[in-house]
Amino acid sequence: MTAPDPITIWTIIAGLAIGSYGLRFVFIGLIGDRPMPPWLLRHLRYTAAAILPALIAPLVVWPTATGGQPDLPRMSAAVVALSVGLITRNVLAAIFAGAGTLYGMLYLLG
Amino acid sequence: MATSTSKSYYWKGFRDGTPFIFVAVPFGTLFGVFATEAGLNIVQTMAFTSTVFAGAAQFAALQLLQDGTPTAIILISALAVNLRMAMYSASLTPYLGAAPLWQRAFAAYLTVDQSYACSIVQFEKEPGMTVAQRMAYFVGSVTPITPLWILATYLGAVLGTRIPESWALDFALPITFLAMIGPMMRTPAHVVAALVAILVSLLCAEVPYNLGLLIAGCAGMVAGAQAEVMLDRRKALP
Repeated sequence: MTAPDPITIWTIIAGLAIGSYGLRFVFIGLIGDRPMPPWLLRHLRYTAAAILPALIAPLVVWPTATGGQPDLPRMSAAVVALSVGLITRNVLAAIFAGAGTLYGMLYLLG
Repeated sequence: MATSTSKSYYWKGFRDGTPFIFVAVPFGTLFGVFATEAGLNIVQTMAFTSTVFAGAAQFAALQLLQDGTPTAIILISALAVNLRMAMYSASLTPYLGAAPLWQRAFAAYLTVDQSYACSIVQFEKEPGMTVAQRMAYFVGSVTPITPLWILATYLGAVLGTRIPESWALDFALPITFLAMIGPMMRTPAHVVAALVAILVSLLCAEVPYNLGLLIAGCAGMVAGAQAEVMLDRRKALP
């Protein structure tokens, strides 16, 4: 894999560092005790729940490692990781279950 | 103010935050490994992990970087993943908003899933805590994980270059994210947000510059918020 150029990487690091700090500081630092509109809070509540699935769905359906072909081991690992996470609410258990499925299937299907 | 009780609240926070070591250490290590795989050197990886200090956003940025996404889209997408930090900041403000500005500036840096989760439970359970005691508890709750997160990233970055292709690490990142989604599905509205976001992201797969991600994210947020309003309305009916 070719290394991305350093200017791009440092731009991303600096932008994310400043942006993330800004997001954390904005209310506690600037707003103080003033109340916020409920509609804004209502949308903020669902950002992570929306953006992470949107990021992964295409990676699961069209994985890069297989040239975009849907792939049984990766699909099964995705289903297992998601299901174990939903049932146990335990992130690490879900990661290990998903990884175990991926390696097991890759081994079995050789 | 009562310094001795602040100190005991610091240690209470420390104890309550300690179990999260088992999350922070493997995640930090994974981030170090992925960053190395994506072509970042040790200095870049360490600068990334210690200044951004937000696992999910860091992973998202790396994935998009590998996909050759334009820088602006990477920044917007990764910050969108971190929008929940603004939510945490907002939710902590009634409890910590009266602290001195320098303390609030410091607390902002330490606002992560774990410190928020511990603190909000504690603050609601003991409404009588003073602002100084709350701040002590909050800082205590991240004390065990912050240095270990940074150290684990370093170890991962050093190990990363020695991991062979056959380990199929291309899929470790999706698995990590999928594992994080399950515990986020706290209400039916969260499930609606996730399902709409997935559907729209697959439909928008052909949209250039990975803009489909942002479209899907916005669609999911609006869907989640609308679902919440509808569910509340139904609950309010006699």
